[in-house]
Amino acid sequence: MQDDKALFDIFRHPQTIRALSRKIHQEALKLSQPLKVMEVCGGHTHTIMKYGLKQLLPDTIEFIHGPGCPVCIMPKERIDQAIALARMSDTILLTLGDMIRVPGSASSLVQERSTGRDIRPLYSPMDALKIARENPTKKVIFFAIGFETTTPMTAALILRTDEEKLHNLFFHINHVLVPPAVHAIMDDSKNRIDAFIGPSHVSVITGAQIYEPIAKQYGTPVVVSGFEPVDVMEGILKIIVQKNENRSEVEVQYTRAVTQGGNQKAQAMVEKTMSVRESFRWRGLGDIAHSALQLNDSFTHLDAETVFSQFLSYEPIDDHKLCICGSILKGLAKPNDCTVFGTACTPNSPLGSCMVSSEGSCNAYYRYGSAL
Amino acid sequence: MCLSIPSKIVEIDEDNNATVDTMGVRRKVSLDLMADEVAIGDYVLIHIGFAMGKIDEEDALESLKVYEEMIVAMDEEECKALIDQDDNCPNRTL
Repeated sequence: MQDDKALFDIFRHPQTIRALSRKIHQEALKLSQPLKVMEVCGGHTHTIMKYGLKQLLPDTIEFIHGPGCPVCIMPKERIDQAIALARMSDTILLTLGDMIRVPGSASSLVQERSTGRDIRPLYSPMDALKIARENPTKKVIFFAIGFETTTPMTAALILRTDEEKLHNLFFHINHVLVPPAVHAIMDDSKNRIDAFIGPSHVSVITGAQIYEPIAKQYGTPVVVSGFEPVDVMEGILKIIVQKNENRSEVEVQYTRAVTQGGNQKAQAMVEKTMSVRESFRWRGLGDIAHSALQLNDSFTHLDAETVFSQFLSYEPIDDHKLCICGSILKGLAKPNDCTVFGTACTPNSPLGSCMVSSEGSCNAYYRYGSAL
Repeated sequence: MCLSIPSKIVEIDEDNNATVDTMGVRRKVSLDLMADEVAIGDYVLIHIGFAMGKIDEEDALESLKVYEEMIVAMDEEECKALIDQDDNCPNRTL
């Protein structure tokens, strides 16, 4: 490739976006009814908002924002657990990104840090190894979050911890799975979704194969698309063409990175270290069977939920009563339907998780305007 | 969190790490999740300090070709539509 930027530019090119927009308008004339398209992943919500893609599409296409934001779906009791762990003596709590700003029932990790607790956001989970080595007298706990995209990185860290025989690095696992959440949404009779834009980087790991049951069971096309604006527009075009041809298939638009089988080495590492939980409570979606992971029995000695169980409560805690994050995650409401959106709830002082995370719908609406 | 960015491998180091260049910024990443042989010059997707998959450059260039053809086709169509509109202009006789 001639220069590094070319690889991005292909998928951000204004002329291509315009041509796709025209083609979509043509194809959409043949649609028998308007389409509700769920973009499962928060990354796509941001692309749609950032590039104003809705304005380039016919009115017959409506986006329903999905639950694919790991920070947004974390229930308050799990955040309270992280806080309880951080409050133990001689403890360093590690986590990723926006997680430290999400409010629990009475506090957040960032508030705890300001009172002197040792809480550190990581750039990479691998940094946990160094922190554990340098602090042999402390308990170092990794509060692991994320969908299938992020789970293999935790798996790699667990395997390295095991290899090095580090005895002071523990894991609080909150990894969740996309397909059970999609099933939970589709099984809610209030929802009508005609098609899905499948997640980009979850699919790099899992392969596009994981969506086959969804396409079959609900008769909904699933088009796995990349995160650039051209990717999303082409994904929409493929969905409309499928609808017009009466097909409901799993199709990959993001062929430069996604295969049917995915990254099998990463999948094997996850399988070696983690297994499916019986049930996990999602913010907004409630308890969903087999929707999250936990450490395998052979790693119980590293499991913070087992080792420090006396400090942890599992009592479900509801959201702030004005926050409608739950309905937004289910696709039943849009951020600007919320009475506190942009007033009592802003990215600087968020009431709910959808405003905290850079992948949350409320955050996207706030940042880019609410033209959707 | 999931917005991993395409980056180019510029160096492969010991302990299964690599240095990547992401739009001019250099970072160290782990190759623990990569099964395929990774070579200098390859493009990979980076997520929280790990390379998680390769980007198929040829496939990207193939897309570019398809898009270029589509732009030409759509431009022609638009041009034709404009001419049609002009041919049928009700004010032409005035």
